[in-house]
Amino acid sequence: MSDITKQSLTELVESIKNKKLSSSEVTKAFIERSEKSKVLNAFITEDFTSALDKAKKFDQKPDLDLKLPGIPMAVKDLFCTKNIKTTAGSKILNNFVPTYESTVTENIWNEGAILLGKLNCDEFAMGSSNETSFFGNVQNPIDKNLVPGGSSGGSASAVAGQLTPITIGTDTGGSIRQPASFTGTVGLKPTYGSCSRYGIVAFASSLDQAGPMAQNVRDCALLQEVISSFDAKDSTSIDFKRNHYSKDLTNNIKGKKIGIPKEYRVDGMPKEIEDLWQKGIEYVRDCGAEIINISLPHTSYALPTYYIVAPAEASSNLARYDGVKYGYRANGENLIDMYEKTRSEGFGAEVQRRIMIGTYVLSSGYYDAYYLKAQKVRRLIKNDFDEAYKKVDAILTPSTPSSAFKIGEKTNDPVSMYLNDIFTVPVNLAGLPGISIPAGHDTKGYPLGLQIIGKAFDEQNILNIAFAMEEKINFKNKITDWWIK
Amino acid sequence: MSKKSREYLINRKDNQYEVVIGLEVHAQVLSKSKLFSTSATKFGAEPNTQVSLVDAAFPGMLPVINEFCVKQAIKTGIGLNARINKRSVFDRKNYFYADLPQGYQISQFKDPIVGEGKVIIDLPDGHKEVGIERLHLEQDAGKSIHDLDPQNTFVDLNRSGVALMEIVSKPDLRSPDEVSIYIKKLRSIMQYLGTCDGNMQEGSLRADVNVSVREKGSKEFGTRCEIKNVNSIKFMQMAIEYEANRQVDLIEEGKTIDQETRLFDTKKNETRSMRSKEDAHDYRYFPDPDLLPLEVSDEFVNKLKSEIPELPDDKKKRFINEFKLSAYEATILVSDIEIAKYFEEVVAKMGKNKDMKLAVNWITGELFAVLNSKNLEITQSPVSAKNLAILVNLIKNGTISGKIAKTVFELMLKNDEDPQKIVEEKGLKQQSDPKALEELIDKIINNNREKAIEYKQGKEKLFGFFVGQAMKASGGKANPQLINEILKKKL
Repeated sequence: MSDITKQSLTELVESIKNKKLSSSEVTKAFIERSEKSKVLNAFITEDFTSALDKAKKFDQKPDLDLKLPGIPMAVKDLFCTKNIKTTAGSKILNNFVPTYESTVTENIWNEGAILLGKLNCDEFAMGSSNETSFFGNVQNPIDKNLVPGGSSGGSASAVAGQLTPITIGTDTGGSIRQPASFTGTVGLKPTYGSCSRYGIVAFASSLDQAGPMAQNVRDCALLQEVISSFDAKDSTSIDFKRNHYSKDLTNNIKGKKIGIPKEYRVDGMPKEIEDLWQKGIEYVRDCGAEIINISLPHTSYALPTYYIVAPAEASSNLARYDGVKYGYRANGENLIDMYEKTRSEGFGAEVQRRIMIGTYVLSSGYYDAYYLKAQKVRRLIKNDFDEAYKKVDAILTPSTPSSAFKIGEKTNDPVSMYLNDIFTVPVNLAGLPGISIPAGHDTKGYPLGLQIIGKAFDEQNILNIAFAMEEKINFKNKITDWWIK
Repeated sequence: MSKKSREYLINRKDNQYEVVIGLEVHAQVLSKSKLFSTSATKFGAEPNTQVSLVDAAFPGMLPVINEFCVKQAIKTGIGLNARINKRSVFDRKNYFYADLPQGYQISQFKDPIVGEGKVIIDLPDGHKEVGIERLHLEQDAGKSIHDLDPQNTFVDLNRSGVALMEIVSKPDLRSPDEVSIYIKKLRSIMQYLGTCDGNMQEGSLRADVNVSVREKGSKEFGTRCEIKNVNSIKFMQMAIEYEANRQVDLIEEGKTIDQETRLFDTKKNETRSMRSKEDAHDYRYFPDPDLLPLEVSDEFVNKLKSEIPELPDDKKKRFINEFKLSAYEATILVSDIEIAKYFEEVVAKMGKNKDMKLAVNWITGELFAVLNSKNLEITQSPVSAKNLAILVNLIKNGTISGKIAKTVFELMLKNDEDPQKIVEEKGLKQQSDPKALEELIDKIINNNREKAIEYKQGKEKLFGFFVGQAMKASGGKANPQLINEILKKKL
């Protein structure tokens, strides 16, 4: 049975389609492994009994034409799931059960997948280590007391730890790519507008994007194919021609022009990251691609810009959690008192910090100096990419400036925590697709990732490059199952 | 031809003050569904029965613009002779309140959908142009109900998310009367367009009133106060009168006026301070990232332009030119689209040989009196336009006299009966047979010989006596014109 959970999504789909495995067998295997993996704290809500029922039902009348036939999977607890508690990792939504389904998860269930449960994440997706979750830290399967990254930490941990064959996360500033990098998995942040935001608890609306996380590029492509759709319920959803990302996947990237931005060579970047990047450059060259040095001059402004825009939008998006309609409510002497107590008790420290930053940068005396200026810089960052894409087809960078760190190591230093997003944030600001693939290990044996950034709506191209590189890199994740006694 | 209306001034010992007023009118868009959701907007539904997940701001819910509301706003802009902005932006206005589920109102701040325009208002001695600063679309909030429970406040979200148009005038109004005329004109334009029902009782039209005063002749504006959310024309007028006098008193006492937001207490008939400029909310406006800028093409706007019906000003011109009405009559008839419709139906039903003046007099006289006394709208008129037209024609062609017509009209009120039928059944037809009338008059003269002699001797007043006698003898049915003629001949 344990072999089942080692299989990739593509293999599992194959086995179910060939009737080598039933959905029940697969579902049971992942549930059993999850039961033994409570230490990872990857789940906020388990829905195992119901998953088994659904698997049984599927097996009675299997529809094998579906893209995810009877495949069990857990999803980040930021996606609203009908009749299943959805917390966004926050106390303020601890008791919240949606009566509706997010478009992205709806797309997944429509292709035959089965919900295993809801995965841990940083509170309202605000964090880079999964340490801001009201439901506790998540352990990285790579090593004990190591953060899995964030905010999709539970998702990354669950994929790396083989508690789910695939999953979905959300990425506002790196929340898919950074944890993928920290756990030796593959994570794609699609173009803004590719996946519907309907039914996803909002963090920063102009940056939020759902995306697939998997053990390999092909699985990632297949899941992207399922979740990406035009949705009239999201005004920022874009109606463009979507590829059959998995079917169209190719390792032929001959002649592709890959840009290497000099500004990503940041001060104090560890040598092993530098070396990894160099190795990546050689791999793509080996695949027949052309390396071109490029400049993205406004890169150093991306992080400060992000930490103005994202908190500004968050401060407004989170205003709805006021204790009036749903979620946690503290008793108060009057309305204002109720608001203050509800929000002080319901939100954790990081969320409160960002609400305060956001409120400040939007306030009338500071709007022009911060928010407005940040929007202008954001435009310049996007222009940088537009300029670069006149010369190249994709851009290769490290995913993160370091490998995974220890739990508690950075909790008291928010700025050092924010620096984790230095390579991922520009991609969100420009609305572009980016994928992180595992590319090597540091001296401690922790995985390191490389990021491929594409043109808008050009997911196929970066998936192809990732696919070609994956073959060359031949990365093996070192999972020792340390948490299973 | 623009003339200054009768000046409204506030007099104190040595000084005269002018009042300067600007209005922010909130007009509910006439639409079956809300601005960003598909919930219904019907007035008077059970609390919280017209609320979607979007209206209640559930996690992950997103607004999607209702194209119909956009069309309505653009149509209104066209009706206000205003510039339509091809690109407008929805902003979030952030504040906390129990009946504001999102914690922000989606509104338009920097880039409204409609820019500058103008409205012509008719004053007793001419007309005046009132500038429109802008019109923007925004969501309404829900309703907090404080009086159902001593401890708790209840919230009804039926109104949450309903589309409003905020129409901001320039500070061009100078008296409570002008305000009344302006609001009525605005309402009339929107009713013609079908973009707002203008029902003030149901809150479809409310206004924030900005008032300041200055010494007569001064070119600079005084410090203004904003009176929030006044929901009837009468209250607006009362509030302005109170507020202007309060400000004048302060100036006369040598004090300054604080710029502030005030509330009008309808029971005490006074305005009260709500919050000062220093306490003003910081709404932290910023573009709503859930919505893209709203872009409309020339084609889209032109198509809407082609759908604009005849508006009050044009209709008035046509009534004057085509029907030879006076400006005053035309103004009254076009002020309400339903009245105009009624009038035009009467005109149509009167046929070729019509007496326009008579029709206008009957509508604005007898019919309005009945509607007023019974507190009815013209759409509820007990007399249909068709039957009123028949009645007017009966008078015009001499079948009945104006006096008898009033009797017939009274009878028509019951079941909207055909006046022709009433005249026939009750035998009310005018006696216009000269022979019969001559006989009747001979009899009267015979019976009042002495009076006839007196008349001939010069007591001309007695003529009226004879007319009265003749009418009485005929049961009111005699053709008064003929009576006059015959009497003149015989006496």
